Amino acid sequence: MPTLVSHPDEVKIISRRFGAGAADIEKYLELDGYKAVQMAIEKGAEWVINEMKISGLRGRGGAGFPTGLKWSFVPKQSEKPKYVLVNGDESEPGTCKDHVIFLHDPHSVIEGTMIAGLAIGAKMGFIYLRGEYRYLLKVVEKAVADAYAKGFLGKNIFGKEGVDFDIVTQTGAGAYEVGEESALMESLEGKRGVPRIKPPFPAVVGLYGGPTVINNAETIASAPHILLMGGEAYAKVGSERNGGTRLFGISGHVERPGVYELPMGYNLKKAIYEVAGGVKGGRKLKAVVPGGSSCPVLKADELDVGLDFDQMGKAGTMLGSGGIVVLDETVSIVEFALRTIKFYQHESCGWCIPCREGTDWLKKTLTRFYNGYGNKKDIANIQYLAENMMGRTFCPLGDAAAMPTLGFIKKFREEFEEYLEGHRTEKALITTEEMIGAAH
Amino acid sequence: MTVATIFIDNAPREVNPKQNLLHVCLSLGYDLPYFCWHPALGSVGACRQCAVKQFRNEQDATGKIVMACMTPAAEGTRISIADPEVVAFRAGVIQGLMQNHPHDCPVCDEGGECHLQDMTVMTGHRQRVYSFGKRTFRNQYLGPLVNHEMNRCIQCQRCVRFYREYAGGHDLNAFHLRDSIFYGRHEDGVLESEFSGNLVEICPTGVFTDATLKHHYSRKWDLQMAPSICVHCGLGCNITAGERYGTLRRVVNRYNHEVNGYFLCDRGRFGYEFVESSLRIRHPLVDGKPATRSEALERFGAVLRKGAVIGVGSPRASLESNFALRALAGPDHFFAGVPDEESRLISAMVRILRDGPARSPSLDEVEHSDAVFVLGEDLTNVAPIMALRLRQSVRQAPMRLAAGLHIPEWLDHAVRETVQDAKGPLFIASPYATKLDDIATATYHASPDDLARLGFAIAHAIDATAPEVIALSPELETMAAKIAAALRGAQHPLVVAGASCRNRGVIEAAGQIAWALCKVGSPASLSFTMPECNSFGLALMEAPPLSEALRTVRSEPVSTLIVLENDLFRRAPANEVTSLLRGVQHLIVLDHLGNPTTDAAELVLPAGTFAESDGTLVNNEGRAQRFFQVLNPSTDVQESWRWLHEVSVAAGSKSMERWEDLDDLTATIAKEIAAFGALPKVAPPRSAVGKIAREPSRYSGRTAMLANISVHEPRPPQDPDSSLAFSMESGPGPVPSSLIPFFWAPGWNSVQAVNKFQSEIGGALRGGDPGVRLIEPSRESVWQYFSAIPPAFKSRSGEWLLIPVFHIFGSEELSRHAQGISQLLPRPYLALNPAEASLVGAKAGGRIKILIEDSQFELEIMLRADLPRGVAGLPAGLPPFDGIQLPLFCKLASVGTEFSARGVL
Repeated sequence: MPTLVSHPDEVKIISRRFGAGAADIEKYLELDGYKAVQMAIEKGAEWVINEMKISGLRGRGGAGFPTGLKWSFVPKQSEKPKYVLVNGDESEPGTCKDHVIFLHDPHSVIEGTMIAGLAIGAKMGFIYLRGEYRYLLKVVEKAVADAYAKGFLGKNIFGKEGVDFDIVTQTGAGAYEVGEESALMESLEGKRGVPRIKPPFPAVVGLYGGPTVINNAETIASAPHILLMGGEAYAKVGSERNGGTRLFGISGHVERPGVYELPMGYNLKKAIYEVAGGVKGGRKLKAVVPGGSSCPVLKADELDVGLDFDQMGKAGTMLGSGGIVVLDETVSIVEFALRTIKFYQHESCGWCIPCREGTDWLKKTLTRFYNGYGNKKDIANIQYLAENMMGRTFCPLGDAAAMPTLGFIKKFREEFEEYLEGHRTEKALITTEEMIGAAH
Repeated sequence: MTVATIFIDNAPREVNPKQNLLHVCLSLGYDLPYFCWHPALGSVGACRQCAVKQFRNEQDATGKIVMACMTPAAEGTRISIADPEVVAFRAGVIQGLMQNHPHDCPVCDEGGECHLQDMTVMTGHRQRVYSFGKRTFRNQYLGPLVNHEMNRCIQCQRCVRFYREYAGGHDLNAFHLRDSIFYGRHEDGVLESEFSGNLVEICPTGVFTDATLKHHYSRKWDLQMAPSICVHCGLGCNITAGERYGTLRRVVNRYNHEVNGYFLCDRGRFGYEFVESSLRIRHPLVDGKPATRSEALERFGAVLRKGAVIGVGSPRASLESNFALRALAGPDHFFAGVPDEESRLISAMVRILRDGPARSPSLDEVEHSDAVFVLGEDLTNVAPIMALRLRQSVRQAPMRLAAGLHIPEWLDHAVRETVQDAKGPLFIASPYATKLDDIATATYHASPDDLARLGFAIAHAIDATAPEVIALSPELETMAAKIAAALRGAQHPLVVAGASCRNRGVIEAAGQIAWALCKVGSPASLSFTMPECNSFGLALMEAPPLSEALRTVRSEPVSTLIVLENDLFRRAPANEVTSLLRGVQHLIVLDHLGNPTTDAAELVLPAGTFAESDGTLVNNEGRAQRFFQVLNPSTDVQESWRWLHEVSVAAGSKSMERWEDLDDLTATIAKEIAAFGALPKVAPPRSAVGKIAREPSRYSGRTAMLANISVHEPRPPQDPDSSLAFSMESGPGPVPSSLIPFFWAPGWNSVQAVNKFQSEIGGALRGGDPGVRLIEPSRESVWQYFSAIPPAFKSRSGEWLLIPVFHIFGSEELSRHAQGISQLLPRPYLALNPAEASLVGAKAGGRIKILIEDSQFELEIMLRADLPRGVAGLPAGLPPFDGIQLPLFCKLASVGTEFSARGVL
């Protein structure tokens, strides 16, 4: 189990039970567990949605869509059952926040799911964990079983006549693509994990064709805390139009890597140099990937920016999934770009052409480039291929591969050009053989 | 239809707002490339090839790239197809596809009719930039009909979408991900779907190709082609037949919106190989020996002069040939070459459609039915394309749910996600489980009489004035009420039945239900399957059945029997046929494959198959459709009607003298038999249309192909019967839809060139779909409910009711002799319910003795839990049982025991 880290600047809301043994239901109850959901039952759906709207909570999966608004889109009347779906397919490289929630506070996800269910009128929720988190399934399944045993789940929950809620857990089979909400629903339905067309949006046609709210695990886990502290108080913690706190996973070349809960809008530079203890070994910082590997890279002089959806957007990148990857001066950007594209090529679901063929071509070109056989045309071709994917693929995976690639070329063009002169970095992050081998 | 105005490159165009932009652009004739979209499958947005640029308004100069197939053609939409950015994007998509596509066009079967080639040329991608290796796959053996070459795959998803989502198959799937998605089976093996051959046309490139064509390959551009009609069942699917060097090379779908749409079944696509079977009769046979044409005609004339003649027609011969024989023998001496019971059943079906209020629907209407009851038919094996259409019909009712959410019908996966597994009402009552059962709301498997009783009970539940079924079980009562409610509640209810059960009650019950629905104000349709390609047409001639021929031979001095394209040993038990043949001095047979009847003949004349003939067939809808000769036979083979005409003229008969060509003949038929009044309208007469080339303008080797025989280019054969010419030269002017020899348009070499021939994509062909309906329901309410309801079936001790079990490959006479299909025939077997098998000591895979009338057979046993008690199944049409007229009662015994007088129990 990874050790928990901590820093005085943290505002512990979601993480307040971390390390307190709250996976145990008794402990969870002791720490205000299952109070929020009972409040929700008492005060009703409208109150819940209103509090969520006031809280300014925005989707923690990466897109940053206001959660309260999302819940309010679900039609009140529906011929088909409605569902709440928890997206625990945390697979964006550099991201490790949902993992700690499932591990340390699984009941908050369960309680959040129930709250979302009450808000939209669903009687069933699904918690979907990524395939590689199979070992967390035990923790989550035990928590669900304990909640059933207490009468918090099932029929007439908390002794309230006619209030029913069920939760089913499920893991993926290891595909990155099923982190995309519609592909996740396909996967959950037992089909190939390929994305669906939108519209119709999940709120109208979702899982099994029923209206569905699908939220990131962190978003869902925030809901009980918001109800307990009140939407307004939660909103005040964060920055403008970015309510509350968020878990940031800081990794790479820093002294104290880990998951930290920081208020929205917290300064990125401070997060790296103070919260995470600065660059490892006192080396120079070269670049930061601020929100998971799909976000365009920031250079060392671009870090004085607030960590919220709007400020990061203005800085030409994204807040993404909150996975901050710090790269020091020893890192070859070409190699990093290759490693990034290799991931997206490997995970392309194959549904649409620009992504399927584009990522493959990019990977091959970058590999050749890295090996010293690149030519000037390659740089233009990398750019062309990435631009051909931007906004034109079926789902955002194409963008996720194109954005960082374009960012690397734009900001570190000189490094790419250095490779043309036959210069190579001395120290490789990964061996070339590793990268080229086992493509299929 | 409401019309919306959209702007394409600033030009206002009127379009159908219910459609997507790709659909309307293609309908307007724009060349917009696409792969994953198919008019029958709808849009999924996977390939990104049909990108256009959409603008918010007139002022918007930036625009946004969208996929035409995924964007509704809403009023005021502004798009550009020619915008340089989107043109470059489309070229980029093709570039991506060509990344891994092998450069094997010269050796690929698809070359020259490849949608990928067409689209690549269309987008202008011609320079290869990609310089890395290509991915490779292992190909699979998928059976004798479809060839697999995965390296060519562009992963457009169409194959699995058709195979699984559209046709309900299970054994073809997408495996793996990224650029190594593999479409195939979990292991090598014959594709299980009856519609697997459509992969050949659905696949935009050469992954799935026609394995039968491989044995005698020719490029599309080298094929001489003609419009034809499938002869392998009663549905009359439209086909295009292709010839090269005098042999029939292949059959592809010929789009007819009302009949087969875009698809054929595997029997229809691959059955053509019988034409080149080793059983073909290519020269006259006199006394079993090859003879010249003049010797044959001489013998024929001599025989005719000896005395009275009777003729036996055929449900697999054209109207024209049947009529010619009828004219030669005289209407009183012309008999339908079908068994009595079948003849009575088909006449009953025709009468029900003609005298009652229920209309026979086209197959397109079948697809748009929203509640269906199938009575007594195994459609997948008897009328396969109807089964495929019904697979779509169950989507009609649930589709309203998607419509309610404003999800357009063409947005295929969104509709499927909304609808999920919901299916509209489809009830199947059949003697045994059928492949369609998987989409049925409920099924009922029982003996034919019990099926009829359920049918009558449904009719009574719809309209209480219809006779009640006495002593019906409460379960059946409930089921009848449920089916009746579903049919009554539908906007387009349909009842399907046919002669497969050989049970009159089943047919009348189906009619009763449809009539009851009509009576209570529902626009019910009634579709009967027909056993053979011209069963309906022959029935309209109202000729007496086969037993009447025997009676005539016994009661009148008949010297000669002329059999037209018919193996009598399939129509009646051998002893009856033998006694008929013994009753005459001379037997003359016109046919194209050798069979026991031709073996017995004094004179055999080589008849043309569909590929060597012109003629008309009437399908199960009552639609008369013309087929045209594609092979110009170098031998003595010709249409039966032409043989008969020739003989008759030579013998000095005046009656046929006037028939110079097909148009004369159809005009005569129209005049003489009222039911065929519309026959001349089935296709325009030769005089009305200019020359239409059977050969594409790129036909190669015309002057060289026979130069090894003679360097002098022979004069092209003349076709006296149609405007179609054995030539590359066409006259000016549009080609009437019934005479389209092949679909081809500039830039569109693949089968998808059909886009250019439709009034609207996926709609009727320009000028209307081919075929003329010969039958419409009666407008007068003179009909009366049937009252002869059969009693419930009682199983007999020691005896089993033997019923036919149909097989798409095997039950039909001609396709069995196709090389590919012949590898897929079932072995003869006896099917029995396992609960009863133990009574006679039979085990799965073991053998059993069967006593049918006086004959004993030993057979492999097949256990089928879906068979009703007291009923056993025998594969229909399969030798040596093809002459036995089922159903009948048989006795069973375990091998080694003897039959006792009372059976073995």
